[in-house]
Amino acid sequence: MLSTTAVRLSALYLGLFALCAVALVFYITSISVGMQHDRTQEIILSELRVVATSYRRGGITGLVRTIERRSRQPGANLYAIATPSGELIAGNTASIAPGVLDLEGWTSTPFRYTRLGDAEDEEHLALAQVVGLPNGMRLMVGRDIGEREQVRGLVRQALVRALAIMFVGALAIWFFVGRRALRRIDHMSEASKKIMAGDLSQRLPVSGSGDEFDRLSLSLNAMLGRIERLNEGLRQVSDNIAHDLKTPLTRLRNRAEAALSADGGAAAKQEALEQMIADSDQLIRTFNALLMISRVEAGSSTAQMSDVDLSGLARDASELYEPVAEEAGISLVAQIAPGITIRGNRELLAQALSNLIDNAVKYAADAPASEITVSLARASGGQVRLAVIDNGPGVPANRREDVVKRFVRLDESRSKPGTGLGLSLVHAVAALHGGQLLLDDAKPGAEENPGLAAVMALPGWT
Amino acid sequence: MKILIIEDDLETAAYLSKAFREAGITVDQASDGDSGFFLASENSYDALVVDRMLPKRDGLSIISELRARGDDTPVLILSALGQVDDRVTGLRAGGDDYLTKPYAFSELLARIEILGRRKGSRSEQETTYRVGDLELDRLSHEVRRAGQQIPLQPREYRLLEYLMKNAGQVVTRTMLLEHVWDYHFDPQTNVIDVHISRLRSKIEKDFGEPLLRTVRGAGYMMKAGG
Repeated sequence: MLSTTAVRLSALYLGLFALCAVALVFYITSISVGMQHDRTQEIILSELRVVATSYRRGGITGLVRTIERRSRQPGANLYAIATPSGELIAGNTASIAPGVLDLEGWTSTPFRYTRLGDAEDEEHLALAQVVGLPNGMRLMVGRDIGEREQVRGLVRQALVRALAIMFVGALAIWFFVGRRALRRIDHMSEASKKIMAGDLSQRLPVSGSGDEFDRLSLSLNAMLGRIERLNEGLRQVSDNIAHDLKTPLTRLRNRAEAALSADGGAAAKQEALEQMIADSDQLIRTFNALLMISRVEAGSSTAQMSDVDLSGLARDASELYEPVAEEAGISLVAQIAPGITIRGNRELLAQALSNLIDNAVKYAADAPASEITVSLARASGGQVRLAVIDNGPGVPANRREDVVKRFVRLDESRSKPGTGLGLSLVHAVAALHGGQLLLDDAKPGAEENPGLAAVMALPGWT
Repeated sequence: MKILIIEDDLETAAYLSKAFREAGITVDQASDGDSGFFLASENSYDALVVDRMLPKRDGLSIISELRARGDDTPVLILSALGQVDDRVTGLRAGGDDYLTKPYAFSELLARIEILGRRKGSRSEQETTYRVGDLELDRLSHEVRRAGQQIPLQPREYRLLEYLMKNAGQVVTRTMLLEHVWDYHFDPQTNVIDVHISRLRSKIEKDFGEPLLRTVRGAGYMMKAGG
């Protein structure tokens, strides 16, 4: 219980409140006591002046008479005349604490006394000034300060009450605010436990008040959403791997088996072995592509970003593919704006572009008068568009989201070579560079062979 | 030629040793980083094949230390890590070439032969490469065969230059992509073959002897005679 944040916070608040209250009360009492002290002294001084006047006029007898007269008046004023031996001969005090009359001037601290006519044990506190008379007698004029002590007592009482109220308040704050917050944190940790147990669809509770807890829940939920999507992606990839790698592995195995039992002799065995090596190479290529995509998606290549001459890169790629395209009866046209540089990873960009051209060469070859355009241009907003446009069969609008997924190929029969990973990599590379891969018809509205415009829209220099 | 293979997988090491010996190369073997470093610093080799991840001491630290001691024996790094950044760190540590597992032995052999003969091969200072009656002038960028000038595109020139620089050696398609195009990945389509056949038609069409040969299952080789 003591370990909970709410209790600790309440205790801290209570402590601070109490400290402030004590300081405040102390300040107020010291000021009011000081003021009363001054007033007491003033009254005593004015009494002394009156008494002194009567002494000057009537000598010791006049003084005693005045004291006797004033002693009979009701009030808090005290008077006493004492003989050098300390005997009280006039005034309204029955006894005075010993030693008070020995020192002349102001009594430094309040002293005890009993009033004439009061019971013997009824002591009061007073302040006084003592004056020595010429014949060794002493005159004391003072004032009871019981009133002052009463005020101090009242203030002290008020302080205790205030503290009690604050304690109750702190308890209430803890109960209503702290415990509520605590309970919400408990809910959150409960939900996290469920999530840790493997239920990634769980979300942290959101109360809708938009407070700190809600904001925390919302960002944690967003994080969970991302984790869930990544997890889902991972699961899909493993399913894909299981399916798409099992097929070629089975084929490889079958070939080996066929080679073992082949009747065709050495030549047939040789051919089967060569075919198996080619199959293995294809498998390795698939593995590498998969690894590369997951690494690019994880963003681990960001460390190797540098300034890339995209124009040069596009020219090189076009030039690399131009003979292949020509051999396949395709004319490859390069429309490359000069001097475009972006911040990126040269190798990944080169591979992405080469994947796009590769696809175009593969799929455009069947179209009549086929043509591929590799274009690089600046678009509005500083964007750079690197595009490969062909006039092949294109990608139907409803499949465009699918084809960037791993192992998805439109060509169900898989008659064309390829891993089904090319566009996934392009997509990942574009995303790594803060851009995107856009797929569209090259000739919108065309009935047959609308072509494909694959555009990497990348952020340019900023 | 004598090489050292530092590889912890015994089966791979045995296979590589056998294959290299069949190709006429003497092989020493080490199965961990410490003994590999010891052998490499005690003996003189024409080339080292170093696995990147080794017990006791990793491959890159072996290379860095050899380089720090002024040993410039060519090193080929073998690695299961194959991405762009891994290759860059490998080469930065002092490696001369980088090959990702799995690889074809013909690829490894071709690269080792070129690395191992690097000291004795045509140096960078040489201004003219000659194979048979084919001549490449590295200063004027002119190519002649039997005294007749052959006009080449810039890329064709670089392709021929690389092939002639390594004349008598097998040059794989990947090596051509790396050195002529600076591409460190395999395009799906066999783009190199088409470039080679274009180059071939220019340097061989009207001349008798074929110089640019295809080495089955491996790559290409420039060679005169035979």
